[in-house]
Amino acid sequence: MTKEFLSGNEAFAYGVKLSKPHVISAYPITPQTTVVEKLATLVERGELKADFIHVESEHSALSAAIGASAVGARTFTATSSQGLLYMAECLPYAAGGRFPIVMMNANRSTALPWNIYGDQRDSLTLLDSGWIQSYAKDAQEALDLALMSFYIAEEKRVATPVMVNLDGFTLTHTYEAVEVPSDEQAEGFLPDYETDNKLSLEEPKNMAFTAGPDTNTEFKYKEHLGVLAAGDVITECERRFEQFFKRQYTGLIEEYRTGDAEYIVVTLGTLYKSVCECVDKLRAQGQKVGCLRLRYLRPFPHVQLTAALKGAKAAGVLEKDISFGNEGTVYTNVCSSLQHQGLSLPCSNYIAGLGGRDVPLSDIEEIFGDLKKEQSGIRFVGLEE
Amino acid sequence: MIKDVNEKDFTSLGNIPFAPSYQHTLVSVNSGFRTEKPVCDRDKCNGCFLCYLYCPDGVISKDGESVNIDYDYCKGCGICQKICRKNAIHMEKER
Repeated sequence: MTKEFLSGNEAFAYGVKLSKPHVISAYPITPQTTVVEKLATLVERGELKADFIHVESEHSALSAAIGASAVGARTFTATSSQGLLYMAECLPYAAGGRFPIVMMNANRSTALPWNIYGDQRDSLTLLDSGWIQSYAKDAQEALDLALMSFYIAEEKRVATPVMVNLDGFTLTHTYEAVEVPSDEQAEGFLPDYETDNKLSLEEPKNMAFTAGPDTNTEFKYKEHLGVLAAGDVITECERRFEQFFKRQYTGLIEEYRTGDAEYIVVTLGTLYKSVCECVDKLRAQGQKVGCLRLRYLRPFPHVQLTAALKGAKAAGVLEKDISFGNEGTVYTNVCSSLQHQGLSLPCSNYIAGLGGRDVPLSDIEEIFGDLKKEQSGIRFVGLEE
Repeated sequence: MIKDVNEKDFTSLGNIPFAPSYQHTLVSVNSGFRTEKPVCDRDKCNGCFLCYLYCPDGVISKDGESVNIDYDYCKGCGICQKICRKNAIHMEKER
């Protein structure tokens, strides 16, 4: 193990390298480019023995990944924003085909107006594509999620592709000290990928076929069970990860000072760290506040989330996303969860950081102030009126 | 050639494969809308396999020096008859 100064993208690339994929196919797009540049360099230098497929578009990138995965290869791709939307047609193909591809998505705003900076509308738009979705908070977690995602995706009970999301620029291009495991240390963490879902000349199969009304519901139900099974597999995987790499993760959610908190902000990605800093500041003033991070949005952490919010007087969902004409998508998910878990709690929605707008500490303090009104509703943070 | 198309049992969830990948096919015989069927004269056929290459439904298979047509799935489009340079394939009215 070495400690290195890496950006989120570079850290992720090292995580992919340690996972030893057979095939990488990708098309460059800001702010994803440097992750595949790094991997291309590692392949070119012979440090990673993988086939790097240069494709002409994101649609082809995921199509090539699906083809490679179908013959039993461990496969990686990466994209962002419009690129993710361009490959959108292929996402349910990968999920429905149960191909355990791992994709890194650099969260970035979607057009128009054109913008290359970070928000989460791209991945949240595709929450229903059948992929498992996780959101990293820092470069270390990015590296670790790369390794863990292959384990989770390839587990037979899951057999579902995983999309790991890194906040554009605030994580992808920000440099931090990262512990990079050695090849020896990572040896054996990932078992070889084995599947019955494989194109093979020895055992010819009918693949990616039509399933009419008579069996379609059953296939989709099985797909649903696969994503749900990831809940347990993530816990198992994190235990295994701790044995190998001595770092601990907390499953579908992460909590900060929520134990006795009256007001809790629920968020995802890098915003978590800003909110935690604000929590420390307000706690020093005697305010009982806390923060909760959704590490995974699919499978959705219904039980963990409501258990954590149980004692609170009010919760707020802070997200870099808006579903136009409704509310933030994460908020919709959180409210639905509270409702069917039978937890009645004022819950408001704070839309912030669109198109890469900074979310300063002062805004987060205002959000905690607003939470004390114990109301529900939707607010755009820092809106110029 | 898939022989046991009708032997599958998907009457319970447990029998449905976890992914759409299966040794056999889930599609049932569907040649009902054919009005004409191609018939190959093995004496005229020179085994060039152009019809095998052009068949959009993949129902023509190599059979020794000639071809075999799977009438369970042939839609009767007639492309094989058009492409045949030896006029070995002719279309016959379905009764």
